[in-house]
Amino acid sequence: MSNYYDSADLKKFGDIGQHAKQLADDFFKYYGNVIGSDGALSKREKALIALAVSHAQKCPYCIDAYTTQCLEAGSNPEQMMEAVHVAAVMQAGITLVHSVQMQNHLKKMVL
Amino acid sequence: MRAVFSIRAFKEKSKYGFEALLFQRGINLPPLSIDTLQVNITKLCNQVCRHCHVDASPSRREMLSPEGVAKCLEILQRHSQITKLDITGGAPELHAGFAAFVEKAVALGKHVMVRHNLTVQMDGHPQTGESKEYLPHFFARNRVEVISSLPYYQEYFTDAQRGSGVFKKSMEAMKRLNALGYGVEGSGLIFNLVYNPVGPYLPAAQASLQADYKRELKDKFGLVFNNLYTVTNMPINRFKSHLDKSGQYAEYMEKLLAAFNPAAAEGVMCRSMISVDHEGRIYDCDFNQMLELRATAVGGKPLSIFDFDFDRVLGRCIRFEDHCLGCTAGAGSSCGGATA
Repeated sequence: MSNYYDSADLKKFGDIGQHAKQLADDFFKYYGNVIGSDGALSKREKALIALAVSHAQKCPYCIDAYTTQCLEAGSNPEQMMEAVHVAAVMQAGITLVHSVQMQNHLKKMVL
Repeated sequence: MRAVFSIRAFKEKSKYGFEALLFQRGINLPPLSIDTLQVNITKLCNQVCRHCHVDASPSRREMLSPEGVAKCLEILQRHSQITKLDITGGAPELHAGFAAFVEKAVALGKHVMVRHNLTVQMDGHPQTGESKEYLPHFFARNRVEVISSLPYYQEYFTDAQRGSGVFKKSMEAMKRLNALGYGVEGSGLIFNLVYNPVGPYLPAAQASLQADYKRELKDKFGLVFNNLYTVTNMPINRFKSHLDKSGQYAEYMEKLLAAFNPAAAEGVMCRSMISVDHEGRIYDCDFNQMLELRATAVGGKPLSIFDFDFDRVLGRCIRFEDHCLGCTAGAGSSCGGATA
């Protein structure tokens, strides 16, 4: 294999059942229950959350899958891009809020 | 008695096996009625949409002859079971006999639907320059149902599919229709919109998308309409070429196959309509028409309006091929939107 990520591998997601079928079955059932239908959140809202998480976790399979899923749930490009900004700003905020830890330690280190 | 399955089903193996799928699931889809006569009167269009299954454009010349129009009217007159005339194209308003066809069908008491692309109001005839600004008043006077494609309530998707500037013109055309009462509650003038995805993916749920369209078009443009029909892109002609060129054909077909819905199959539109082309030839639907899959009577004789026999047409076996997966995926798809 020449690449670590191949878009064709997305179709092999079900193969995670090899060597651990029951666990995979449990996972896919849970997955479908959470994301496959409207609940307290609509399918569209869930797809936008999943798209944001896909970017935060930098998963190319998920980005492809949830870009399509967002479109099929009726989202538009503005909503999808805004969801990615939510992921980006959360990551930036998480990085920046850790500077409090740095500052706390800095105070200990400075006379 | 009608055959359960056409022998055509097993003559040749199709790659995605639509007919075999019906057989495996025990789904039999004979025609149920002919309540709609859908007539494609011209392939001429002022637009060149990227997904168009008709391959319509300003350079097309195909037109239903005056004899063909007269024959359609005769069929409508003779058969009270056929209650609806659905006029499509191209842009059907570019046919020289369009107005008279509508007026005569209305005079026969038929419910007339026109597949109106909105922009033809402003663009006019692409070959002669003839103005079509009269259309909203003409529609209202004849109380025809207007059905218009609008791929999205925003400019980006709409212009990507239908051409630069189409969204703005569509908003102006809708304003003119609304001003005459089209889409306005209580007016009795029906104005429906059609959504189709801008690429190789399935439509969102019709009800939720309709709510979005109503909210956004009202809030941003002050526009109203009656119903939104969600339609799946058919993997034929211009859209298929796009899928082939972008290497997405197989993936799209697999998506349609994976989303096969038996309830949507039961509701396919070809069970209650027939489609007529500019030569008067009869097909099960507009998609079969574009693929030149002529409807045939039992025995194999191709059906035509020029020797129309209601029972013979109703007794035909519908021709199914792999593109039919587009009508049976997810919530289903038809000229009247979702079917399941």
